Formats: sequence, C-alpha cells, structure tokens
Amino acid sequence: MHIDRLEKKWAGISLGIAGLFVTVILASSFFHGIHAPSNVETIDSAKLHLSAEFAEDKLGVQQHPDGSVTVRMVAGRYGFYPKNLVIPAETELTFRWVSLDVIHGVHIPMTNMSTMIVPGYVAQVKTVLHHAGDYPLLCNEYCGMGHGHMWSNIKVVSKAQWEALNKQGGNNHG
Amino acid sequence: MDNAVEKKLALTHFWVAFGAFALACVMGGYQVIERSGFFKVLESREVYYASVSTHGVLMGFVLTTFFIMGFGYYVATSSLKLPVWNKTFAWTGFGVALTGVVLAALPLLGGAASVMFTFYPPMQAHPLFYVGATLLVVGSWFWCVSMIVMYMQWKKANPDKPVPLAMFATTANAILWLWTSAGVAAEVLFQLLPWALGLIDEIDPGLARTLFAWTLHPIVYFWLIPTYTAFYTLVPKQAGGFLFSDEMARAAFILLVVFSLPIGFHHLYMDPEQNHGWKILHAVGTFVVTLPTFITGFTVIASLEIAGRLRGGKGLFGWIATLPWNNPMVLAIILGLLMLIFGGFGGLINASYAMNAMVHNTAWISGHFHLIFGGTTIIMYFGIAYYFWPVLTGKPLYCPSMAITQLWTWFVGMIIMTTPWHILGLLGQPRRIDSVNYNNLLTLSWEPYEVTMIFGGLILIFSAGLLMYNLVKTQTSDGPAFVGEVEYAEPIHAVENLPNYLNSFSLWNAVIAVFMLIAFGYPILQFFLIETFGSGRWGV
Repeated sequence: MHIDRLEKKWAGISLGIAGLFVTVILASSFFHGIHAPSNVETIDSAKLHLSAEFAEDKLGVQQHPDGSVTVRMVAGRYGFYPKNLVIPAETELTFRWVSLDVIHGVHIPMTNMSTMIVPGYVAQVKTVLHHAGDYPLLCNEYCGMGHGHMWSNIKVVSKAQWEALNKQGGNNHG
Repeated sequence: MDNAVEKKLALTHFWVAFGAFALACVMGGYQVIERSGFFKVLESREVYYASVSTHGVLMGFVLTTFFIMGFGYYVATSSLKLPVWNKTFAWTGFGVALTGVVLAALPLLGGAASVMFTFYPPMQAHPLFYVGATLLVVGSWFWCVSMIVMYMQWKKANPDKPVPLAMFATTANAILWLWTSAGVAAEVLFQLLPWALGLIDEIDPGLARTLFAWTLHPIVYFWLIPTYTAFYTLVPKQAGGFLFSDEMARAAFILLVVFSLPIGFHHLYMDPEQNHGWKILHAVGTFVVTLPTFITGFTVIASLEIAGRLRGGKGLFGWIATLPWNNPMVLAIILGLLMLIFGGFGGLINASYAMNAMVHNTAWISGHFHLIFGGTTIIMYFGIAYYFWPVLTGKPLYCPSMAITQLWTWFVGMIIMTTPWHILGLLGQPRRIDSVNYNNLLTLSWEPYEVTMIFGGLILIFSAGLLMYNLVKTQTSDGPAFVGEVEYAEPIHAVENLPNYLNSFSLWNAVIAVFMLIAFGYPILQFFLIETFGSGRWGV
C-alpha cells in the first residue's frame, strides 16, 4: 500500500483542524454552559388548558425573587401566545415553550433565542437579551398554510423601565 | 462485451432523474418569484406550498435516487466488465420506484401532501404520499442488492485483487443507503403509515423526528458519493492525468460511510426531545466526517495538478491554466469545488453546536443546502451526464460549447441565488415562508436580497433549459455514430498489497452497527421508558 508523504501530512493537518473546532465547541458548552434546548420534559399537548403551568392565566412573564424571569409561551397555529410581551434586558431569562398542535420553531432575530417546539414536549431556553428594542418572534418550522403569518411581538426594555412598568401592572399579560 | 441492455437501463433511469429535475427547476423558479411578494397576482399559499413540497421531493428523492441507480448500474458493468446481474430484477426495482413516484405525485400535485419533503408529523399527508415514498425506497433497495451481488461476483472471480475503485465506491454507497434508509423506513412503517391509514390514532412526533434524523444526514452522502466517485475515478482521466492515490480514496469512502451515519442529531440541536449529551456526541462525529472531505479536496486537487503539469503547466499555479477548462467534467469539478469551499464553510457553522442557534431554520439553511447540493453535488451529475450521454446513446454530444455555457450559468446562478439567501437568514428570515407578512421594520432589510435571488433563479432555469435541450438533441439528432466506453483513471502508483480492510466492508459493517447502537440506541429507547404523549392528526 502506498500513501504519499504529503497525504499523510495533510491527513494530520485535517485532523488538527477538526480537533480545534471540536475543542472550541466543547469548551463553549462545558465552561460557558452554552447548551441547545435539551430538557427532555414531556407534557400532554392536548390538555395544556388544564395543566398547572400552561393554562391561559399562567402564561407570560413571571419574576422570581432572585431577579430572574421565566417566560411561558404557547405556540399554536398561527401565533405565539401571549401575542405581546414586554421583557427586561440584561436579565436571566428562561423561556418555556409548548405547542398545542403541530411542530413549530421559534427564534428572535439577532439573538440566540431559538428552539423547536415539538408537541408532547416542553422546550426550554435560557438566555440573556442585551439590546432593548422591538423584536418579532417568528415561526421557523413549516406548520401549515399560515406558517408565513405566524409571529408575535416582544419588546425588550431596560431593567429599570421594566421594574417601573411592573409597578403600574398590566402590560405584561398581553 | 455487448452491453446494450445496460445502456438502456442506465439511460432510462437517467431520463426519469432529469425529467424530475427539469420539472422541479420550473417550480423553483416560480417559488423564488412568488415568495418575493412583488407580484401580487401570483400569490397563493396553497399553490406555493404544494410547489415547494413537490420541488423538494423531486430534487431530493427522485432526481437523486434514479440518477444514483442508473449511474451505479453502468459503473458496475463498465468497471467490472460484467453484465448487470439479473436484469429482470433490476427492471423490477425501477418499476417499483417509478410506481412510487407516480403514486406520491398525485396527492403532491393536488395539494393533498403539502408537508414538505421532510413530512414531519403530526401534520398529515394523504396516505398515498407515504405509500409512494415507501415504494420509491423499496425500489432503491433492489438496486442496492444488485450492486452488492455484482461486487461479490467480481470478488469471487478475482480473489485478493483490489475491487476497481469506482465499484468499491458504488458498493459503499449501496451499503450506506441500506443503513441510511432504515431510519425513515422505521418511521414510515411503524408510525406514519398505520397512523395515516387510521390503524392507530396517535404518534409521538419526538420519536418520528429522531428516526428521521437517523436518515437525514447520511442521505446527503448517498447523494454525494456519485459526485465523489466521478472526482476520483473519471475526472483525472478527463483532465489528462492520473489519480494521485487510490488507497486514500478508498479510505475516504469508508470514512464517509462509517461516520456519516451516527451523527444525525445535528439536525436536532434545537429539539427538546433529546438530551444535550447525545447532541454533543453527534456534534463531535459531525466534525470527524469533515475528514474524508478534506482528504478528497487534497487528493482530487493533487490529481488535477498532475494533469495540469503533464499538459505543460509550470510554476506554483501555472498548472491551473493548462487544465482543459472546455471539458465539461473538468469544468464541473472546478466549479463544484469552489462551491464546496463556500458551502463547506457554512456547513461548519451549522455543525457548531452553539453557533447553530443563530442560523437554525432560517433562510441560511435553505441557501446552504442549495449551494452544496444544488451546487457541488448536482453540477457533477451534469458533468457525468455530458460524459455518459454519448456512450449510452452512441451519438456524440450535440453541442459541447453549450455544455460549457450551461455549467458556467449554473455556477453563476447558484452563487447569485444562494448568497442573498444566506444573508436573509442572518437577517432573521425564517425558511419556508410563502411571502413576507410580518409587521416589523426588519423585513425592509430583506427586500434587496429577495430581488437579487430572482435573478439567480432565472439564470438557473435558463441553465437547466440548456442542459435538457443538449441531452434531448444528443439522443434525437441524426449524426455520426459515437464509439466509446467510459474510461476510468489510473492511479499514479499501482495498487499493491491492499489490506483487506480497504477492499471489503465486513469489518466496517460491524463498526457501523456498534456506532449506531451507541448513537441511537438509548435515544430511541428512551421514548419507551419515559411517559410520552402522542399527537393526533392535523391537516395542513
């Protein structure tokens, strides 16, 4: 068997390149805790309205004593509910998503808030949003004829503004 | 050897493939215009989604499967110098697959299967769609059996000799496809068909996505292997040189088969039904499968350099200019490798476990696979067609210069279409939307790119028209007869003392079985261990 010297060198270099990528990815996931949504948590999508967590009056933003915030959302053809949300910037956010019908996907453009929403499962994403502004929530998995119309709005405001809004009440329960 | 029947067999498969391709190109042209939203009269989401679903099925499943089968039969007979084994069996496989295509086409064109070529439940298509898809896959299994039988026939007659590289690669692809299709076959047979026929009421979409992911990555290597086969075994000869390394090519094909299988979860990075440990495991495997492509890039370019220098090329880059740029197959590989560099770069981003979140399911993804599949893979299918058509029809290529124009326009059209498509993804546009309806200023930034894409699409349709015209005219023109056979490249060093593991697949099948058990064993088993909730039927 004949393998050229240059080929052996190149195979080594290729292995090095792949190894470098893998190292960077493993470091980012293990040391910076960057993980894709992977909580393997099941839920009966046909009975969301009866569930303790995703009944209509439980949806939207919930603030915890430590300052972190949980956002509970239901995806269904064709929208994300509640339709309007105001959430704070520079705050630890835990998004929890469920679908009431078919598979959807959701992302907030220019952020790393992205997940698939598979019926029967709760999709959880932890992130921090740094820039205030109006963002759309867009469905990115084909879900039927209205797929291109499936969106809703979120408004990201500074933490101080958000606290002030919260004291007035209202706004967060779209 | 008289191989008239083999020629007819290959040509018939190729015509189904390119017929599907031509129809799908027209649909693609309509889609890029419709989705821009500049032509209100065209807008219809029903037609759009029926078209996108059909376009995907025709390009991803029909063009590829029939092309690969036709190519495989002719590579087997011409490289082994054997008649195709049991021709009735081969024609039966063709008939089964074609019946499947027709059955699936009925609901697709009627708008009753607008579920995309990924058909994720719980959206349900007409049962005929699933029956048709199943028959297409079953028909392709006939081909796999033929390839493996012919490979074994040759080995038996030539013990201890290296199997000709082109056939080694084709057999590798047949084995790869049997492993690959098992995932989607399980999904269709145990979940989708019983559910679509009303035998069961609920299925678990999480399990369905996991089984589909089994198939979803290696299927692209099933499509790619004929392209790589041409890179290694046809191009060096066409360029006027030799293959740099036969052994390294075999190693690359084995790596492709072994490592493309246990890594499908990079399609599920953003899914909630699998744990991140499994995703990271598949992410590492995804980077391992870049190795055979790195090796291929080196060996193939080295082979081209040998050819260029034999043709008188001097200096570090002088050999590039002396390559026969007017040979369709050589031009196809040059343009194909360029697109592979761009597309491969995008692929590394998709494969990156965390960075993928920025591009997941955005227009970037559609741009990526159009560049790497519609670009690198398919442009070599064109190159192969231009080379095989005279051999199969016995008539010279109708217009060689038209073939060169066609390849250049395909490349230019693909770049003009997919570059804005990638940018749209970075600007947040989701994939598979029929028009832009979002009440957000962000969408204004999308418009210039939507316009640019239309030009790319129109150039691609023009290019596809040139291809079809040239192939039809080659076959139907009355001209001088063409006498010639497919010629395979010789390696620059003769293959001697080939170790058995580079000439046989038994070891590798065992390795694959272990890898698949590790990569998919528990992730599939978990659905039977945890309490899951099924989904009913949803229309589109």
